[in-house]
Amino acid sequence: MVDNLLIVLYALIGILMAVAGTEAFKAKDNPTRYGTGTFWWLLALIFALGNFMPHWLIGAMIIVIGALALFKQIQVGKLPQIDDEKAEAAAKQFGWRIFLPSIVMAVVSICVAQFTALGGQVGIGIGAITALLLVIVMTKAPAKMVYTDTQRMVRSVGAPGILPQLLATLGAVFTAAGVGDLTAKLIAGILPAGNHLVGVVLYCVAMALFTMIMGNAFAAFAVITAAIGIPFVIAQGGEPATVAAIGMTAGYCGTLLTPMAANFNSLPVALQEMEDPMGVIKQQAPIAIILLVVQIALMYFLAF
Amino acid sequence: MEYLKLLGIVIIVVGFALKWDTTAVVVVSAIVTALFSGMSVMELLNTLGTAFMTNRPVSLFFLTLPMIGLAERYGLKEVAVNGIRKLKKMTPSRILNLYLAVRELGGVFGISLSGQVQFVRPLITPMVTAAAEVRRKLTPKDIDLIKGRAAAVDNFGNFFAQNLFVASGSVLLISSTMESLKYTVTPIQVVTRSIPVALVTLVIVYIYNVLFDRRFKATKGAA
Repeated sequence: MVDNLLIVLYALIGILMAVAGTEAFKAKDNPTRYGTGTFWWLLALIFALGNFMPHWLIGAMIIVIGALALFKQIQVGKLPQIDDEKAEAAAKQFGWRIFLPSIVMAVVSICVAQFTALGGQVGIGIGAITALLLVIVMTKAPAKMVYTDTQRMVRSVGAPGILPQLLATLGAVFTAAGVGDLTAKLIAGILPAGNHLVGVVLYCVAMALFTMIMGNAFAAFAVITAAIGIPFVIAQGGEPATVAAIGMTAGYCGTLLTPMAANFNSLPVALQEMEDPMGVIKQQAPIAIILLVVQIALMYFLAF
Repeated sequence: MEYLKLLGIVIIVVGFALKWDTTAVVVVSAIVTALFSGMSVMELLNTLGTAFMTNRPVSLFFLTLPMIGLAERYGLKEVAVNGIRKLKKMTPSRILNLYLAVRELGGVFGISLSGQVQFVRPLITPMVTAAAEVRRKLTPKDIDLIKGRAAAVDNFGNFFAQNLFVASGSVLLISSTMESLKYTVTPIQVVTRSIPVALVTLVIVYIYNVLFDRRFKATKGAA
Protein backbone atom coordinates (compact mmCIF):
# COMPACT_ATOMS: atom_id res chain seq x y z
CA MET A 1 0.00 0.00 0.00
CA VAL A 2 2.60 2.55 1.10
CA ASP A 3 4.96 1.48 -1.68
CA ASN A 4 2.23 1.82 -4.29
CA LEU A 5 1.24 5.26 -3.03
CA LEU A 6 4.87 6.34 -3.14
CA ILE A 7 5.15 5.15 -6.75
CA VAL A 8 2.15 7.39 -7.56
CA LEU A 9 3.72 10.36 -5.73
CA TYR A 10 7.04 9.93 -7.54
CA ALA A 11 5.13 9.68 -10.82
CA LEU A 12 3.49 13.02 -9.97
CA ILE A 13 6.95 14.54 -9.37
CA GLY A 14 7.93 13.05 -12.74
CA ILE A 15 5.01 14.88 -14.35
CA LEU A 16 6.07 18.18 -12.70
CA MET A 17 9.56 17.69 -14.10
CA ALA A 18 8.22 16.75 -17.54
CA VAL A 19 6.22 19.99 -17.55
CA ALA A 20 9.38 21.93 -16.64
CA GLY A 21 11.34 20.08 -19.33
CA THR A 22 8.75 20.76 -22.03
CA GLU A 23 8.66 24.46 -21.20
CA ALA A 24 12.47 24.63 -20.94
CA PHE A 25 12.73 23.22 -24.49
CA LYS A 26 10.33 25.90 -25.70
CA ALA A 27 12.27 28.79 -24.10
CA LYS A 28 13.94 30.09 -27.26
CA ASP A 29 15.76 32.90 -25.43
CA ASN A 30 17.78 30.36 -23.42
CA PRO A 31 20.96 29.39 -25.32
CA THR A 32 21.12 26.15 -23.30
CA ARG A 33 17.48 25.19 -23.73
CA TYR A 34 18.25 21.73 -25.16
CA GLY A 35 20.55 20.85 -22.27
CA THR A 36 18.14 22.23 -19.69
CA GLY A 37 15.16 20.46 -21.27
CA THR A 38 17.10 17.18 -21.43
CA PHE A 39 18.06 17.57 -17.76
CA TRP A 40 14.42 17.86 -16.65
CA TRP A 41 13.20 15.09 -18.98
CA LEU A 42 15.85 12.63 -17.73
CA LEU A 43 14.74 13.33 -14.17
CA ALA A 44 11.09 13.04 -15.23
CA LEU A 45 11.77 9.55 -16.64
CA ILE A 46 13.66 8.45 -13.53
CA PHE A 47 10.91 9.65 -11.19
CA ALA A 48 7.94 8.46 -13.26
CA LEU A 49 9.29 5.16 -14.62
CA GLY A 50 12.35 4.41 -12.48
CA ASN A 51 10.68 1.40 -10.90
CA PHE A 52 10.48 -0.27 -14.28
CA MET A 53 14.03 0.52 -15.40
CA PRO A 54 17.26 -1.39 -14.69
CA HIS A 55 19.37 0.51 -12.16
CA TRP A 56 22.45 0.68 -14.39
CA LEU A 57 20.39 2.68 -16.88
CA ILE A 58 19.44 5.17 -14.15
CA GLY A 59 23.11 5.39 -13.15
CA ALA A 60 24.00 6.16 -16.78
CA MET A 61 21.33 8.88 -16.93
CA ILE A 62 22.80 10.51 -13.81
CA ILE A 63 26.22 10.55 -15.45
CA VAL A 64 24.63 12.29 -18.47
CA ILE A 65 23.14 14.88 -16.07
CA GLY A 66 26.60 15.33 -14.53
CA ALA A 67 28.08 15.87 -18.00
CA LEU A 68 25.38 18.42 -18.90
CA ALA A 69 26.20 20.29 -15.70
CA LEU A 70 29.95 20.06 -16.34
CA PHE A 71 29.55 21.74 -19.73
CA LYS A 72 27.23 24.41 -18.30
CA GLN A 73 24.25 23.26 -20.34
CA ILE A 74 21.71 23.55 -17.49
CA GLN A 75 20.48 27.10 -16.91
CA VAL A 76 17.24 28.52 -15.60
CA GLY A 77 16.68 31.15 -18.30
CA LYS A 78 13.81 33.62 -18.31
CA LEU A 79 10.68 32.65 -16.38
CA PRO A 80 7.11 33.97 -16.42
CA GLN A 81 6.82 36.79 -13.86
CA ILE A 82 4.27 37.47 -11.15
CA ASP A 83 2.13 40.55 -11.84
CA ASP A 84 2.89 42.72 -8.77
CA GLU A 85 -0.29 44.80 -9.05
CA LYS A 86 -2.50 41.74 -9.20
CA ALA A 87 -0.62 40.19 -6.29
CA GLU A 88 -1.15 43.39 -4.28
CA ALA A 89 -4.88 43.31 -5.07
CA ALA A 90 -5.09 39.62 -4.16
CA ALA A 91 -3.23 40.38 -0.91
CA LYS A 92 -5.99 42.87 0.01
CA GLN A 93 -8.68 40.33 -0.87
CA PHE A 94 -7.25 37.31 0.95
CA GLY A 95 -5.19 38.87 3.73
CA TRP A 96 -3.65 36.36 6.14
CA ARG A 97 -5.83 33.58 4.70
CA ILE A 98 -3.28 33.18 1.89
CA PHE A 99 -1.05 31.42 4.46
CA LEU A 100 -3.77 28.86 5.15
CA PRO A 101 -2.66 26.36 2.46
CA SER A 102 0.90 26.33 3.88
CA ILE A 103 -0.43 25.72 7.37
CA VAL A 104 -2.79 22.98 6.14
CA MET A 105 0.12 21.33 4.32
CA ALA A 106 2.26 21.18 7.46
CA VAL A 107 -0.60 20.02 9.71
CA VAL A 108 -1.89 17.34 7.29
CA SER A 109 1.65 16.00 6.69
CA ILE A 110 2.27 15.64 10.41
CA CYS A 111 -1.16 14.14 11.14
CA VAL A 112 -0.84 11.52 8.41
CA ALA A 113 2.64 10.64 9.67
CA GLN A 114 1.58 10.42 13.33
CA PHE A 115 -1.92 8.94 13.22
CA THR A 116 -1.95 6.63 10.20
CA ALA A 117 0.18 3.71 9.06
CA LEU A 118 1.05 5.52 5.84
CA GLY A 119 4.20 7.16 7.20
CA GLY A 120 5.90 10.51 6.80
CA GLN A 121 6.72 10.35 3.10
CA VAL A 122 3.18 9.64 1.99
CA GLY A 123 2.11 12.27 4.52
CA ILE A 124 4.13 14.94 2.73
CA GLY A 125 2.49 13.96 -0.55
CA ILE A 126 -1.04 14.02 0.85
CA GLY A 127 -0.33 17.31 2.62
CA ALA A 128 0.99 18.92 -0.56
CA ILE A 129 -1.94 17.73 -2.68
CA THR A 130 -4.53 18.82 -0.09
CA ALA A 131 -2.88 22.25 0.15
CA LEU A 132 -2.77 22.62 -3.64
CA LEU A 133 -6.48 21.78 -3.94
CA LEU A 134 -7.25 24.24 -1.14
CA VAL A 135 -5.34 27.10 -2.76
CA ILE A 136 -7.06 26.40 -6.10
CA VAL A 137 -10.50 26.42 -4.46
CA MET A 138 -9.67 29.58 -2.47
CA THR A 139 -8.32 31.58 -5.38
CA LYS A 140 -10.41 29.98 -8.15
CA ALA A 141 -7.19 29.97 -10.18
CA PRO A 142 -7.76 28.76 -13.76
CA ALA A 143 -6.02 25.54 -14.82
CA LYS A 144 -3.70 27.49 -17.10
CA MET A 145 -2.39 29.50 -14.17
CA VAL A 146 -1.80 26.36 -12.11
CA TYR A 147 0.25 25.06 -15.03
CA THR A 148 2.18 28.34 -15.45
CA ASP A 149 3.07 28.62 -11.79
CA THR A 150 4.03 24.95 -11.60
CA GLN A 151 6.51 25.24 -14.44
CA ARG A 152 7.76 28.60 -13.15
CA MET A 153 8.47 27.19 -9.68
CA VAL A 154 10.02 23.90 -10.82
CA ARG A 155 12.24 25.60 -13.40
CA SER A 156 13.28 28.32 -10.95
CA VAL A 157 14.52 25.63 -8.55
CA GLY A 158 16.80 24.39 -11.34
CA ALA A 159 19.75 22.05 -10.90
CA PRO A 160 20.30 23.03 -7.21
CA GLY A 161 16.88 21.47 -6.53
CA ILE A 162 18.22 18.01 -7.23
CA LEU A 163 21.46 18.62 -5.27
CA PRO A 164 20.15 17.30 -1.92
CA GLN A 165 19.19 13.99 -3.53
CA LEU A 166 22.53 13.78 -5.36
CA LEU A 167 24.40 14.41 -2.09
CA ALA A 168 22.41 11.70 -0.32
CA THR A 169 23.29 9.44 -3.27
CA LEU A 170 26.96 10.33 -2.82
CA GLY A 171 26.64 9.36 0.84
CA ALA A 172 25.39 5.93 -0.25
CA VAL A 173 28.27 5.55 -2.72
CA PHE A 174 30.73 6.46 0.07
CA THR A 175 29.16 3.77 2.25
CA ALA A 176 29.33 1.18 -0.52
CA ALA A 177 32.98 2.09 -1.16
CA GLY A 178 33.86 1.86 2.55
CA VAL A 179 34.97 5.50 2.86
CA GLY A 180 33.54 5.86 6.37
CA ASP A 181 35.39 2.80 7.67
CA LEU A 182 38.65 4.07 6.23
CA THR A 183 38.41 7.63 7.63
CA ALA A 184 37.33 6.22 10.98
CA LYS A 185 40.45 4.05 10.99
CA LEU A 186 42.61 7.07 10.06
CA ILE A 187 41.17 9.38 12.72
CA ALA A 188 41.18 6.62 15.31
CA GLY A 189 44.97 6.57 14.89
CA ILE A 190 45.04 10.13 16.25
CA LEU A 191 42.03 10.31 18.56
CA PRO A 192 40.57 7.43 20.52
CA ALA A 193 36.99 6.41 19.70
CA GLY A 194 34.88 5.58 22.73
CA ASN A 195 34.90 8.86 24.66
CA HIS A 196 31.43 10.36 24.12
CA LEU A 197 32.42 14.00 24.61
CA VAL A 198 35.47 13.75 22.32
CA GLY A 199 33.27 12.16 19.64
CA VAL A 200 30.56 14.83 19.90
CA VAL A 201 33.07 17.71 19.84
CA LEU A 202 34.90 16.16 16.90
CA TYR A 203 31.70 15.66 14.89
CA CYS A 204 30.18 19.10 15.55
CA VAL A 205 33.42 21.01 14.98
CA ALA A 206 34.18 19.00 11.83
CA MET A 207 30.67 19.76 10.50
CA ALA A 208 31.21 23.49 11.09
CA LEU A 209 34.75 23.50 9.66
CA PHE A 210 33.96 21.49 6.53
CA THR A 211 30.88 23.63 5.94
CA MET A 212 33.10 26.70 6.16
CA ILE A 213 35.50 25.26 3.60
CA MET A 214 32.81 24.00 1.23
CA GLY A 215 30.25 26.73 1.85
CA ASN A 216 27.50 24.10 1.92
CA ALA A 217 26.28 22.26 5.02
CA PHE A 218 24.38 19.65 2.98
CA ALA A 219 27.58 18.52 1.26
CA ALA A 220 29.50 18.50 4.53
CA PHE A 221 26.72 16.45 6.17
CA ALA A 222 26.95 13.57 3.69
CA VAL A 223 30.73 13.37 4.03
CA ILE A 224 31.29 14.09 7.73
CA THR A 225 28.40 12.00 9.04
CA ALA A 226 29.71 8.94 7.21
CA ALA A 227 33.32 9.63 8.20
CA ILE A 228 32.95 10.88 11.79
CA GLY A 229 29.33 11.03 12.99
CA ILE A 230 28.66 7.32 12.60
CA PRO A 231 31.89 5.79 13.95
CA PHE A 232 32.63 8.33 16.70
CA VAL A 233 29.16 9.21 18.01
CA ILE A 234 26.39 6.89 16.81
CA ALA A 235 28.39 3.66 17.00
CA GLN A 236 29.29 4.68 20.58
CA GLY A 237 25.60 4.63 21.54
CA GLY A 238 24.42 8.09 20.45
CA GLU A 239 20.79 8.20 19.37
CA PRO A 240 20.89 8.52 15.53
CA ALA A 241 18.04 11.05 15.06
CA THR A 242 19.38 13.47 17.69
CA VAL A 243 22.97 13.19 16.46
CA ALA A 244 22.01 13.72 12.81
CA ALA A 245 19.62 16.62 13.41
CA ILE A 246 22.02 18.55 15.66
CA GLY A 247 24.96 17.63 13.43
CA MET A 248 23.31 19.42 10.53
CA THR A 249 22.56 22.58 12.53
CA ALA A 250 26.15 22.53 13.88
CA GLY A 251 27.13 22.73 10.23
CA TYR A 252 24.94 25.82 9.82
CA CYS A 253 27.21 27.57 12.37
CA GLY A 254 29.92 27.10 9.76
CA THR A 255 27.65 28.60 7.10
CA LEU A 256 27.31 31.73 9.26
CA LEU A 257 31.10 32.14 9.37
CA THR A 258 32.20 31.66 5.78
CA PRO A 259 32.36 33.93 2.74
CA MET A 260 32.05 30.67 0.76
CA ALA A 261 28.30 30.71 1.50
CA ALA A 262 27.83 33.54 -0.96
CA ASN A 263 24.02 33.34 -1.10
CA PHE A 264 23.72 34.11 2.57
CA ASN A 265 26.76 36.23 3.42
CA SER A 266 27.82 38.02 0.23
CA LEU A 267 24.47 38.53 -1.45
CA PRO A 268 23.18 40.84 1.32
CA VAL A 269 26.46 42.82 1.20
CA ALA A 270 25.95 43.43 -2.51
CA LEU A 271 22.19 43.97 -2.25
CA GLN A 272 22.54 46.59 0.47
CA GLU A 273 25.73 48.16 -0.91
CA MET A 274 27.53 47.61 2.38
CA GLU A 275 31.00 49.08 2.88
CA ASP A 276 32.39 46.16 4.88
CA PRO A 277 32.39 42.99 2.73
CA MET A 278 32.60 40.88 5.92
CA GLY A 279 29.91 42.96 7.68
CA VAL A 280 27.29 40.21 7.73
CA ILE A 281 29.71 37.55 8.93
CA LYS A 282 30.99 39.84 11.72
CA GLN A 283 27.43 40.26 13.00
CA GLN A 284 26.94 36.50 12.86
CA ALA A 285 30.22 35.34 14.39
CA PRO A 286 29.36 35.71 18.13
CA ILE A 287 26.05 33.88 17.69
CA ALA A 288 27.63 31.16 15.52
CA ILE A 289 30.26 30.39 18.16
CA ILE A 290 27.78 30.44 21.06
CA LEU A 291 25.37 28.19 19.15
CA LEU A 292 28.13 25.73 18.26
CA VAL A 293 29.03 25.34 21.93
CA VAL A 294 25.35 25.04 22.89
CA GLN A 295 24.81 22.36 20.25
CA ILE A 296 27.80 20.36 21.42
CA ALA A 297 26.24 20.40 24.90
CA LEU A 298 22.77 19.54 23.55
CA MET A 299 24.07 16.60 21.53
CA TYR A 300 26.13 15.31 24.44
CA PHE A 301 23.25 15.42 26.92
CA LEU A 302 20.32 14.50 24.63
CA ALA A 303 21.88 11.74 22.52
CA PHE A 304 23.32 9.64 25.33
CA MET B 1 46.13 1.81 -2.77
CA GLU B 2 43.18 1.87 -0.41
CA TYR B 3 43.56 5.59 0.29
CA LEU B 4 42.86 6.60 -3.32
CA LYS B 5 39.15 6.25 -2.72
CA LEU B 6 39.38 9.21 -0.34
CA LEU B 7 40.04 11.29 -3.47
CA GLY B 8 36.25 11.63 -3.74
CA ILE B 9 36.21 13.64 -0.50
CA VAL B 10 39.05 15.83 -1.79
CA ILE B 11 37.11 16.49 -4.99
CA ILE B 12 34.00 17.51 -3.04
CA VAL B 13 35.90 19.83 -0.71
CA VAL B 14 38.02 21.45 -3.43
CA GLY B 15 35.18 21.59 -5.96
CA PHE B 16 32.76 23.33 -3.61
CA ALA B 17 35.49 25.64 -2.28
CA LEU B 18 36.46 26.69 -5.83
CA LYS B 19 32.79 27.12 -6.84
CA TRP B 20 32.84 24.57 -9.62
CA ASP B 21 29.42 23.47 -10.81
CA THR B 22 27.99 21.63 -7.79
CA THR B 23 26.03 18.99 -9.73
CA ALA B 24 29.09 18.06 -11.77
CA VAL B 25 31.35 17.97 -8.69
CA VAL B 26 29.05 15.55 -6.87
CA VAL B 27 28.68 13.20 -9.84
CA VAL B 28 32.45 13.21 -10.54
CA SER B 29 33.19 12.55 -6.86
CA ALA B 30 30.81 9.57 -6.88
CA ILE B 31 32.44 8.14 -10.03
CA VAL B 32 35.99 8.58 -8.70
CA THR B 33 35.13 7.07 -5.30
CA ALA B 34 33.43 4.06 -6.86
CA LEU B 35 36.16 3.34 -9.40
CA PHE B 36 39.03 3.68 -6.89
CA SER B 37 37.25 1.34 -4.49
CA GLY B 38 37.56 -1.33 -7.16
CA MET B 39 34.10 -1.31 -8.74
CA SER B 40 33.70 -2.14 -12.43
CA VAL B 41 31.91 0.34 -14.69
CA MET B 42 28.76 -1.77 -14.55
CA GLU B 43 28.91 -1.97 -10.73
CA LEU B 44 29.42 1.80 -10.64
CA LEU B 45 26.31 2.43 -12.77
CA ASN B 46 24.26 0.01 -10.70
CA THR B 47 25.42 1.49 -7.37
CA LEU B 48 24.76 5.03 -8.58
CA GLY B 49 21.30 4.16 -9.96
CA THR B 50 20.26 2.18 -6.89
CA ALA B 51 21.45 4.92 -4.54
CA PHE B 52 19.63 7.60 -6.51
CA MET B 53 16.40 5.58 -6.49
CA THR B 54 16.50 4.87 -2.75
CA ASN B 55 17.12 8.56 -2.07
CA ARG B 56 14.09 9.79 -4.02
CA PRO B 57 12.29 10.81 -0.79
CA VAL B 58 14.72 13.76 -0.56
CA SER B 59 13.01 15.29 -3.60
CA LEU B 60 9.44 14.96 -2.29
CA PHE B 61 9.52 18.71 -1.64
CA PHE B 62 8.94 19.20 -5.39
CA LEU B 63 5.30 18.29 -4.67
CA THR B 64 4.94 21.45 -2.56
CA LEU B 65 6.06 23.79 -5.37
CA PRO B 66 2.76 24.21 -7.31
CA MET B 67 0.92 25.32 -4.16
CA ILE B 68 3.66 27.77 -3.15
CA GLY B 69 3.77 29.16 -6.70
CA LEU B 70 0.04 29.87 -6.66
CA ALA B 71 0.10 31.36 -3.17
CA GLU B 72 2.89 33.70 -4.31
CA ARG B 73 0.82 34.80 -7.28
CA TYR B 74 -2.09 35.58 -4.96
CA GLY B 75 -0.12 37.87 -2.69
CA LEU B 76 1.71 35.67 -0.14
CA LYS B 77 4.72 38.02 -0.11
CA GLU B 78 2.62 41.19 -0.14
CA VAL B 79 0.55 40.10 2.86
CA ALA B 80 3.73 39.43 4.85
CA VAL B 81 5.26 42.76 3.81
CA ASN B 82 2.11 44.69 4.74
CA GLY B 83 1.99 42.95 8.10
CA ILE B 84 5.58 43.85 8.95
CA ARG B 85 5.11 47.42 7.70
CA LYS B 86 2.54 47.96 10.47
CA LEU B 87 5.35 47.71 13.03
CA LYS B 88 6.30 51.40 12.77
CA LYS B 89 7.48 53.31 15.83
CA MET B 90 9.35 50.47 17.42
CA THR B 91 12.86 50.08 18.75
CA PRO B 92 15.45 48.46 16.46
CA SER B 93 15.51 45.30 18.58
CA ARG B 94 11.71 44.88 18.53
CA ILE B 95 11.61 45.02 14.74
CA LEU B 96 14.53 42.59 14.46
CA ASN B 97 13.04 40.19 17.01
CA LEU B 98 9.60 40.23 15.45
CA TYR B 99 11.16 39.52 12.08
CA LEU B 100 13.12 36.66 13.64
CA ALA B 101 9.90 35.21 15.08
CA VAL B 102 8.12 35.58 11.73
CA ARG B 103 11.02 33.86 9.96
CA GLU B 104 11.08 30.95 12.45
CA LEU B 105 7.30 30.57 12.29
CA GLY B 106 7.53 30.53 8.49
CA GLY B 107 10.09 27.76 8.83
CA VAL B 108 7.60 25.65 10.81
CA PHE B 109 5.13 25.82 7.94
CA GLY B 110 7.65 25.38 5.17
CA ILE B 111 7.31 28.95 3.91
CA SER B 112 10.81 29.82 2.78
CA LEU B 113 10.80 33.20 1.12
CA SER B 114 14.10 34.56 -0.13
CA GLY B 115 14.38 36.81 2.88
CA GLN B 116 17.45 38.82 1.92
CA VAL B 117 15.94 39.94 -1.38
CA GLN B 118 12.29 40.25 -0.45
CA PHE B 119 12.43 41.47 3.14
CA VAL B 120 15.84 42.56 4.46
CA ARG B 121 16.86 44.99 1.73
CA PRO B 122 13.50 46.63 0.96
CA LEU B 123 11.91 46.47 4.42
CA ILE B 124 13.82 45.40 7.53
CA THR B 125 16.98 47.46 7.07
CA PRO B 126 15.11 50.70 6.27
CA MET B 127 12.75 50.18 9.24
CA VAL B 128 15.56 49.44 11.71
CA THR B 129 17.54 52.40 10.38
CA ALA B 130 14.53 54.68 10.85
CA ALA B 131 13.95 53.36 14.38
CA ALA B 132 17.59 53.98 15.31
CA GLU B 133 17.68 57.44 13.72
CA VAL B 134 14.89 58.63 16.03
CA ARG B 135 17.32 58.14 18.92
CA ARG B 136 20.46 59.75 17.61
CA LYS B 137 22.27 60.79 14.44
CA LEU B 138 23.71 57.76 12.68
CA THR B 139 27.23 57.53 11.30
CA PRO B 140 27.92 55.61 8.05
CA LYS B 141 29.44 52.91 10.24
CA ASP B 142 26.19 52.59 12.24
CA ILE B 143 24.24 52.17 9.05
CA ASP B 144 26.64 49.48 7.82
CA LEU B 145 26.24 47.66 11.15
CA ILE B 146 22.46 47.81 10.89
CA LYS B 147 22.57 46.35 7.38
CA GLY B 148 24.80 43.54 8.59
CA ARG B 149 22.61 42.85 11.60
CA ALA B 150 19.37 42.74 9.59
CA ALA B 151 20.92 40.28 7.14
CA ALA B 152 22.29 38.21 10.01
CA VAL B 153 18.89 37.97 11.72
CA ASP B 154 17.36 36.70 8.48
CA ASN B 155 20.01 33.98 8.28
CA PHE B 156 19.53 32.98 11.95
CA GLY B 157 15.79 32.56 11.55
CA ASN B 158 16.12 30.84 8.19
CA PHE B 159 18.80 28.33 9.19
CA PHE B 160 17.77 27.19 12.62
CA ALA B 161 14.04 26.83 11.97
CA GLN B 162 14.04 25.16 8.56
CA ASN B 163 14.41 21.73 10.13
CA LEU B 164 11.03 22.22 11.83
CA PHE B 165 9.12 21.44 8.63
CA VAL B 166 8.80 17.73 7.74
CA ALA B 167 9.05 18.31 3.99
CA SER B 168 12.01 20.71 4.00
CA GLY B 169 14.97 19.72 1.86
CA SER B 170 17.30 19.55 4.87
CA VAL B 171 15.03 17.24 6.91
CA LEU B 172 14.53 14.88 3.97
CA LEU B 173 18.27 14.93 3.26
CA ILE B 174 19.12 14.02 6.86
CA SER B 175 16.57 11.20 6.93
CA SER B 176 17.62 9.78 3.59
CA THR B 177 21.38 10.04 4.21
CA MET B 178 20.97 8.21 7.51
CA GLU B 179 19.00 5.51 5.69
CA SER B 180 21.92 5.19 3.23
CA LEU B 181 24.25 4.85 6.20
CA LYS B 182 22.04 2.02 7.54
CA TYR B 183 20.29 3.90 10.36
CA THR B 184 16.54 4.53 10.35
CA VAL B 185 15.71 8.15 11.10
CA THR B 186 12.23 9.41 10.16
CA PRO B 187 11.57 13.02 9.10
CA ILE B 188 9.31 13.50 12.14
CA GLN B 189 12.16 12.44 14.43
CA VAL B 190 14.45 14.99 12.79
CA VAL B 191 11.82 17.69 13.36
CA THR B 192 11.35 16.91 17.06
CA ARG B 193 15.13 16.73 17.64
CA SER B 194 15.51 20.15 16.00
CA ILE B 195 13.11 21.96 18.35
CA PRO B 196 15.67 22.64 21.14
CA VAL B 197 18.11 24.33 18.75
CA ALA B 198 15.37 26.47 17.21
CA LEU B 199 14.23 27.64 20.67
CA VAL B 200 17.76 28.31 21.92
CA THR B 201 18.43 30.37 18.78
CA LEU B 202 15.29 32.41 19.41
CA VAL B 203 16.36 33.21 22.98
CA ILE B 204 20.04 33.95 22.28
CA VAL B 205 19.36 36.12 19.24
CA TYR B 206 16.62 37.94 21.19
CA ILE B 207 19.17 38.93 23.85
CA TYR B 208 21.75 39.78 21.17
CA ASN B 209 19.27 42.17 19.53
CA VAL B 210 18.25 43.80 22.80
CA LEU B 211 21.94 44.52 23.44
CA PHE B 212 22.08 46.10 19.96
CA ASP B 213 19.64 48.81 21.13
CA ARG B 214 22.20 50.05 23.66
CA ARG B 215 24.45 51.18 20.86
CA PHE B 216 21.86 53.73 19.86
CA LYS B 217 21.00 54.90 23.37
CA ALA B 218 24.50 55.45 24.68
CA THR B 219 25.39 58.76 23.03
CA LYS B 220 21.95 60.32 23.32
CA GLY B 221 22.91 62.39 26.35
CA ALA B 222 26.14 63.54 24.76
CA ALA B 223 24.42 65.27 21.84
